[in-house]
Amino acid sequence: MKISENWLRTYVNPEISTAELVAQLTMAGLEVDSIEPAAAVFTGVVIGEVLSTQQHPDADRLKVCQVNVGETEPLQIVCGATNVREGLKIPAALVGAILPGDFKIKKSKLRGVESLGMLCSEKELGLAADAHGLMELAANAPVGIDIREYLSLNDNIIEIDLTPNRADCLSIEGIAREVAVLNKLDWSATLVEKTTPTNIDELSVNVLTPDACPRYLGRLIKDVNPKAETPSWMQERLRRSGMRSLGVIVDVTNYVLIELGQPLHAFDADKISGGISVRHAHSDESIALLNGQTIKLDNEALVIADDRQALALAGVMGGSESSVASTTQNIFLECAFFTPASIAGKARKFGLHTDSSHRFERGVDFTLQERAIERATQLIIDIAGGSVGPITEVTSIAFLPSRNAVIVRKQRIEKILGLKIADTVIADIFQRLGLSIVPQDDNWLVTPPGFRFDIAIEADLIEEIARIYGYNSLPSNNLLMRSELGLAPEALLELDRVKDLLVDRGYQEAITYSFVDEDTQKAIAPNDIVIRLQNPISADLAVMRSTLWGGLIKAALYNTHRQQTRVRFFETGLKFVEKNGEVLQQQTLSGLSLGSLYPEQWNESTRNVDFFDIKADVQAMLALSGIEAKFSLAQQIALHPGQSAEIVTSDGHHIGWLGMLHPTLEKELGFDSQVFLFELDQDLLLKNRIPTFKPLSKYPSVRRDLALIVKEDVSAEAIIDCIKANNQRILQDVVIFDVYRGKGVEEGYKSVALGLIIQDETQTLTDSETELVISKLLNALTDTIGAKLRD
Amino acid sequence: MSAIPEEILAQALKELAQSEDLNQIDQVRVNYLGKKGLFTLQMKELGKLDPEQRRIAGQVINQAKDSFQQQLEAKKIELEQSFLAKRLAAECIDVTLPGRGQSIGGLHPITTTLRRISKIFASVGFKVVEGPEIEDDYHNFEALNIPAHHPARAMHDTFYFDAHTVLRTHTSPVQIRVMESEAPPLKVIAPGRVYRCDSDITHTPMFHQVEGFLVDTDVSFADLKGVVYEFLRAFFEKDIQVRFRPSYFPFTEPSAEVDIECVICSGEGCRVCSQTGWLEVMGCGMIHPEVFSSVKIDGERYSGFAFGMGVERLAMLRYGINDLRLFFENDLKFLQQFTHKDG
Repeated sequence: MKISENWLRTYVNPEISTAELVAQLTMAGLEVDSIEPAAAVFTGVVIGEVLSTQQHPDADRLKVCQVNVGETEPLQIVCGATNVREGLKIPAALVGAILPGDFKIKKSKLRGVESLGMLCSEKELGLAADAHGLMELAANAPVGIDIREYLSLNDNIIEIDLTPNRADCLSIEGIAREVAVLNKLDWSATLVEKTTPTNIDELSVNVLTPDACPRYLGRLIKDVNPKAETPSWMQERLRRSGMRSLGVIVDVTNYVLIELGQPLHAFDADKISGGISVRHAHSDESIALLNGQTIKLDNEALVIADDRQALALAGVMGGSESSVASTTQNIFLECAFFTPASIAGKARKFGLHTDSSHRFERGVDFTLQERAIERATQLIIDIAGGSVGPITEVTSIAFLPSRNAVIVRKQRIEKILGLKIADTVIADIFQRLGLSIVPQDDNWLVTPPGFRFDIAIEADLIEEIARIYGYNSLPSNNLLMRSELGLAPEALLELDRVKDLLVDRGYQEAITYSFVDEDTQKAIAPNDIVIRLQNPISADLAVMRSTLWGGLIKAALYNTHRQQTRVRFFETGLKFVEKNGEVLQQQTLSGLSLGSLYPEQWNESTRNVDFFDIKADVQAMLALSGIEAKFSLAQQIALHPGQSAEIVTSDGHHIGWLGMLHPTLEKELGFDSQVFLFELDQDLLLKNRIPTFKPLSKYPSVRRDLALIVKEDVSAEAIIDCIKANNQRILQDVVIFDVYRGKGVEEGYKSVALGLIIQDETQTLTDSETELVISKLLNALTDTIGAKLRD
Repeated sequence: MSAIPEEILAQALKELAQSEDLNQIDQVRVNYLGKKGLFTLQMKELGKLDPEQRRIAGQVINQAKDSFQQQLEAKKIELEQSFLAKRLAAECIDVTLPGRGQSIGGLHPITTTLRRISKIFASVGFKVVEGPEIEDDYHNFEALNIPAHHPARAMHDTFYFDAHTVLRTHTSPVQIRVMESEAPPLKVIAPGRVYRCDSDITHTPMFHQVEGFLVDTDVSFADLKGVVYEFLRAFFEKDIQVRFRPSYFPFTEPSAEVDIECVICSGEGCRVCSQTGWLEVMGCGMIHPEVFSSVKIDGERYSGFAFGMGVERLAMLRYGINDLRLFFENDLKFLQQFTHKDG
C-alpha cells in the first residue's frame, strides 16, 4: 500500500525523520518497500494567473501572455499550450527556475518576442508521465505562492508491503493508529459529521444472503453536478496513493477507501430498475464488469442486483452498465460489510484483484460503514453538491463477526517470550493498540476491536506484546542445546560419501529442474506415463521427470554448445514414476559422461570414455556399500541395445541401468559424440553392509593363471559364475586379466585369461592340493560352458 | 712363487684404473680375488713353503690383497657416484609440466551450502529429514493453518497437478510429516527442493529451502533468537549484525523475518541490499497452536519454533554470486569455480 507521508502526519506527527519513521514501521512488521519523493526536484515555480493573451506576431501556435505572479508588474511569457486563456491559474516557472531534468529557465526570445519564464504542464513538473496542455489550478489558488507548497509536493510516498493479517493497516487511519502506538502518541480520526437528508427518496434493500453480507448501507444522492472537478488536494493524495483521478464520485469513493479502509461503490441511480438485492448469482447469469471483462457467474458468486439483473460482483467490482459516467447526476452509494469468507477467492477465481476485494477478503472493520458513508456523502456534497436521501441500512447482527474476550495467561507470555514483562508495560501495550482489557490475577482478559481480524487466540496477543515491545529488545538464549546423542546409522551409507566418490572420479554435480519438456521426456522414456503440471511456467518445464537423464542431457548439450568437449555430470534427486495410478517419488542418482576419459594431457594419447569406464564408476559406488550386483545385457529403450546393462543386486532387486545413449537419440538430441549414462536407485545404493570380521589366514597364498578358450557368446560373468558355483573353500579370488581374439584362437572363440588366488586358512597348501583344485575347476568349466585350456 | 705380490698388485691396480663400469671392476675383482684369481692362487701356493717363509710371504700377499681391496672399494664408490650423477642429470625433468590422470570434479554450490547448513545443525543434535516433493494440499497448506482461499495462498504461486495435489511450495510440510509420526522432543532440519510458479531475474520456478524446527517443553522465542544468531554466526564465520522484524506466517506466531547486515557493503547501503543495509535471510517464529493441534501435539505442554531459509540466497551471499539463474544452467564454467569447495 502507498501512502503520503504528509497525509499521515496530519493524523499523527511524531518528531522523527522520514528515515526513522520508515525504520519504525518496518520493525513493527509493516515492511516498507520503498520511499520516493512525491515530486521530482524542481525550484522557482509559483502560481500564476494569466491576465491576457495575444497572438504572437510571427508564430501561429504561440501566444504572448501577461502573467501575474504576485509581483508588482506582470511578466510577459510566451506560451504554446492550446488551453492557455485569460483568467487561468497555472504553475509559472520564473527566470532562474530549475525544472526536473536540470532544465534551467532563462530569459529568452521566442521568434523575436521576449519571454520571462515558462508556463508549465504536469509533465514538465514531473507530476505525470503525460499531459495535454498546461496544468490547470483551482480558481482560488493563491497567486505568487510556491507551487511545491501549494500542492504540498515536499512529501514522500511510502510503499508498505503489508502481510495478509494486517488488514487494519490498509488505510491512512490504520497506519496512523499504528504510528501513534509505536510513538506513544495520541491521534485523532477524521471528524465525520452526519449530513441531514434533504429528501426522502430511498431504494429498497433486500439482503438475501445475510451470512455473506451482514451489513448493507445505501443512500441516494440526487442532482450532483457532473461537471464538478475533484479538488487538487484530493487528486494529489489519490495520486500519491497510486490512484488515478476518474471523476468526482469515483475519486471520493477511492479517497474514503484509502482514508478509512472501507470500500464503497457508487451506482448510477437512473440505471437501477426497482430495488437493490444482495444475492447469489443465478447459474446462467453473466455480468459486464467495469474493466471491460464479461464474466459468467455461478451459484457461489455474490452479486448486487436490481430487479432485473446483477449490477456488481459484490465486494469485487461494479458492472459497466450501472457505473457512474461523466453525465451522471443521481447516484446510489453503497457501503457494505461483506464477510472475508464470502469474498475470499472470488476475485481470483475470475482473475480479478481489486482494492475492494483485497480489503474485504482480509477483513474490513464491521463497525465502520455508517461513518464511511457519511464521510463520502459529506465529500460529495462539498465538491459536487446534490440532495441527500436517508441511509437505508440492513444489518443482521447475528452474522456480524464476534469479538470475544481472549484469555492471555501471564505465565504463558513468559514461557513463549522467555522474559517476564511487567504488567504495567503489557497493559500499556494492549491499551494503545485499542484492545479493551480486564486484568485478572494470573490472566488478562482482552477483547479486540472490530478492525482487528487477526486477533482471536492467546498466541495472537503474545505476538502483539512481542511486536510492540520490540523483537530486538527480547532476550536471546545462548543456547538451547540440550542434546541427546544421535545414532550413527552405519547400515546407511551417506549420500555425501557417494557424491564425493564421483567428484573424485572427475564428475561435476549438476542440479537440473525436476520438470522437463515433454518432447525430451518422451524421447528418452516413451513408455513412462507423463505426469503433467496443470499450470506449467512454460512448455520447457511442463512434465515431471521420470528419469534424471533428461535434465543431464540438456545440461550436457548446454555445455557442448559452448565448446566443452568433455562433460561428466551427476545429479541426485527425486524422479516421478506413475504406476497403477500412484505416483512414486524415488530418490535417484544419475550420471552422464561424454568425451575423453581424461582431460587432455601432454605425452599421453587420450581416448574417449567407454562402457567399461562408466561401469568402473558404478562399481566403485556399489563397492562403497558392499553391494554385490550383476550386470546383464538387457534392453533399455534409451540405450544402445548392445551396450546397455541392467544392474540387479544379489538379492534380486533392480538397482539401475548403465549404457550408451542410443545412437539414434544421440543424433536426434544433437550430440556429436557417444554419451554414456547411468541411473541408480539411491535407496538401494545406500544400503550399507556392516562388515563382519573373518580371521586372517597365516598361510601363504598361491596364484595360478589359466587361459581358457570359450565360445564368443560365453560372457565373462558366466565364467566367473561357474567358478563361484563350484566354489572350493580355499579359492579366495578370481580376476580376469586378459581377453584375446585373433591369431592362435579359432574364429568364433576367444581366450580369457584368469588369475586364481588360492589359500587355506589352516595349512600351507601342497602343489598336489593346488593342482586338485585347478583340475576340478577345469572339469566344471568344460562341463558347464565348454571351456578348454588354451595350449 | 710364480710372481711377486707387488707386481701382481701393480698389475691389478692398473686394470682397476682402466675399468669404466661396475662390470669391468667386478671382472678385475674376479681376476685377482676370485677362486682362480691371482691372489688366490698365490695363497694356495703358500702351502708349499716352510712355516717361516709361509708366514712372511703370507703377510706380503695379504698386504697386497688388502691394498687392492681398498682401492677396489674406492673405485667402486667413485664409479657408482659418477654413474648416479650422470643418471640424475639425465633424469632431470621439467617439474612445471602439469600432472596427469583423472581431473577432480566438484559439488554444486547449492550442495556445498546445504552441507554446511546441515553440519552446523547436526553438531547440536538436529536430525536431517527429507519429504516428498509432490505433496498434498493438506500437508502443504491446511495443516499449516493455511485454509483454502486464505490470502497467504496468494503469496505461494503454486504448481498444481489437480485440486488436491501440488508441488510443495516450501519445506514446511516436512514439519507436519515429522510431527505426525514422532513425539517431542524434536530437533529436525529438512532441506530440499521447493517450487513456485514464478520465473524472472530474481525467481526460478525451483529452488531450495532448509526448514528447521525444535519442539520441547519450555521452548521460547528467546531460544529461537539464540539458535538463529548462532547459526548465522557459524554460517558466515563471523559475528554479524542480525535483526528480527515482525512478520506474518500462518503457521507461526509470533512470526519474524530475520535480516542480516548486508555482507556486501557491511550495512553501508548498496545495490544488493536496495540501499537498506539489511538483507532478508530467513523467516521464523514460534509454532502456531493450530499447527500443534492439527498434528495432535499438546501445545500446552510443548512449545516450539520453526525457521525456513532460502539456500540460493545464502549461497549467493556467501560466494558473491550475482545471478540466481546461474544455479540451474549447469554451465561447467560456473560450476567448476566451486570445485574445491567442501563442507
